[in-house]
Amino acid sequence: MAAILAVMEQRDGALRKVSYETVTAARLLADTMGATVDALVVGAGAVTGVEQLAIYGADRVLTADHASFGLYQPDGYAATVVAAAEGCAAIVFGATATGKDLAPRVAAKLGVGYASEITGCTVDGDHLVATRPVYAGKALQKIRLTGSPAVLSVRPNTVPLAESPKAGAVESVAVPEFEARVTVTEIKAPADAALDVAEATVVVSGGRGLKEPEHFKLIEDLAAAFGDAAVGASRAVVDAGWRDHSAQVGQTGKTVSPDLYVAIGISGAIQHLAGMRTAKTIVAINKDADAPIFKVADYGIVGDLFEVVPRLTEEIKKVKAEG
Amino acid sequence: MKIAVCLKRVPDTTTKIVIGGDGKSIDEAGIKFVPNPFDEYAVEEALALKEKAGAGETVVYSLGGDSSQETIRTALAMGIDRGVLLKTEGSADGLVVARALADAMEGEGFDLILFGKLAVDDYNHQVGPMTAELLGLPCVTTVVHLEVADGAITAEREIEGGVEVSTCRLPAVLTCDKGLNEPRLPKLKGIMAAKKKPLDVKPVELAAASIEVLGLELPPPRSEGRIVGEGPDAVPELIRLLRNEAKVL
Repeated sequence: MAAILAVMEQRDGALRKVSYETVTAARLLADTMGATVDALVVGAGAVTGVEQLAIYGADRVLTADHASFGLYQPDGYAATVVAAAEGCAAIVFGATATGKDLAPRVAAKLGVGYASEITGCTVDGDHLVATRPVYAGKALQKIRLTGSPAVLSVRPNTVPLAESPKAGAVESVAVPEFEARVTVTEIKAPADAALDVAEATVVVSGGRGLKEPEHFKLIEDLAAAFGDAAVGASRAVVDAGWRDHSAQVGQTGKTVSPDLYVAIGISGAIQHLAGMRTAKTIVAINKDADAPIFKVADYGIVGDLFEVVPRLTEEIKKVKAEG
Repeated sequence: MKIAVCLKRVPDTTTKIVIGGDGKSIDEAGIKFVPNPFDEYAVEEALALKEKAGAGETVVYSLGGDSSQETIRTALAMGIDRGVLLKTEGSADGLVVARALADAMEGEGFDLILFGKLAVDDYNHQVGPMTAELLGLPCVTTVVHLEVADGAITAEREIEGGVEVSTCRLPAVLTCDKGLNEPRLPKLKGIMAAKKKPLDVKPVELAAASIEVLGLELPPPRSEGRIVGEGPDAVPELIRLLRNEAKVL
């Protein structure tokens, strides 16, 4: 039986949540194709969370242990994935910073095309057919992967975790020899290690309606009230230097698919809407009832954000306190 | 320093997408095409590095039809020394593009080959690292900070909740992200000079693709939303809807 290789992602010796999404995605495909799932864990020493991979459908857990694999080692990871993918029908990555860096290297080594940031996948005969947003989500492209193996990355937050218990037997695999052309020396984390807008389940974004960069405090307070929310920003305020570009949502920023997206003081330029329209629920708060953001919002409040947002923050705090 | 920049012609990001008659591509009528915004960071970085080094050459490569000449001229107007159009018709998958670029740049002696992190049309996020792999060069993607010294680079790239710091020797391939620099605007003098700069047109035969585009469609419209109310008094109702209807609280 053919296998699907799901490439796991760890940081500081612990699997990241996206890894379980990747295994879930691989399991769904494997069930359609009649294949098995191998979850490949690349790291230095023991990686915590590995035991949970069976729950989400890993038939086997392959561990590739190397002293230089604690931090990302692009050349070594790529060589290891290629070796582990021998005979596989498909290789599935999470479309994270690491996954999006690693997958194309692997595809090029294997001489096959690569479908990045897919949001859906079906099986058509011998091939996979993937759906992926293009133009930052203004359109959806359907593509057939005719190379073997099929190489794809799945956008975070698009595959709901689903349990499908399998054996998950752990086996160690050899790390092939590789030339370390690039060395990652460190990860610099900000003091308040911020959640990334691309991965958070709740994103609270602010735009020009905030009037002054200091007023982003309102957005931060609301995000903090949710507890697990990331702070996003429109291009206008990033270009004005109010927020770091890493927070920008839109066509020249990040495309996000959180469970809840709250757009505050954002009118809804076409390039912004493209980046967040796949959010499951969208809330907009804007004083202009004709703002385009209300066309995509599930729930809108027309009003002065300086009055509405503090009230919303209070109410969210109450809800969270009730648990 | 000899630096190559790979540049793609893309629709302006303010473009409203209309699906073309073939059902697989966009209707290009009336669309304004621009250099890919992320590639402009690569152009700027190449120019700044050459200026800092005080000597060298910058070359822009683009793969596409004759219309891409205009895009190349924009980079020349910004200050790039010369351009190469790898002329082809139709579209290609990322690996096919990477192969054509790698073939064209192999043996040219570039110290750095710069890309944008992705093109805002295909959103493929792959041609840079694929080209590096095909050329056997080190590669760092989505670079937001770069230092070049003594034949090596230190690059910072943004990852979830942090910044990853990498080092490698030159020659190398980098893909550039927003935050790396502020691209300069072409000046009138540059635009005039660009007209006289060399632009080689080289027809290329593309390798067989392993990604086949079956269709392109607009995303399903979001179901009609509603205005919950006006002002802060609408907040309790919003909370109720988020809890009971959307079930996100």
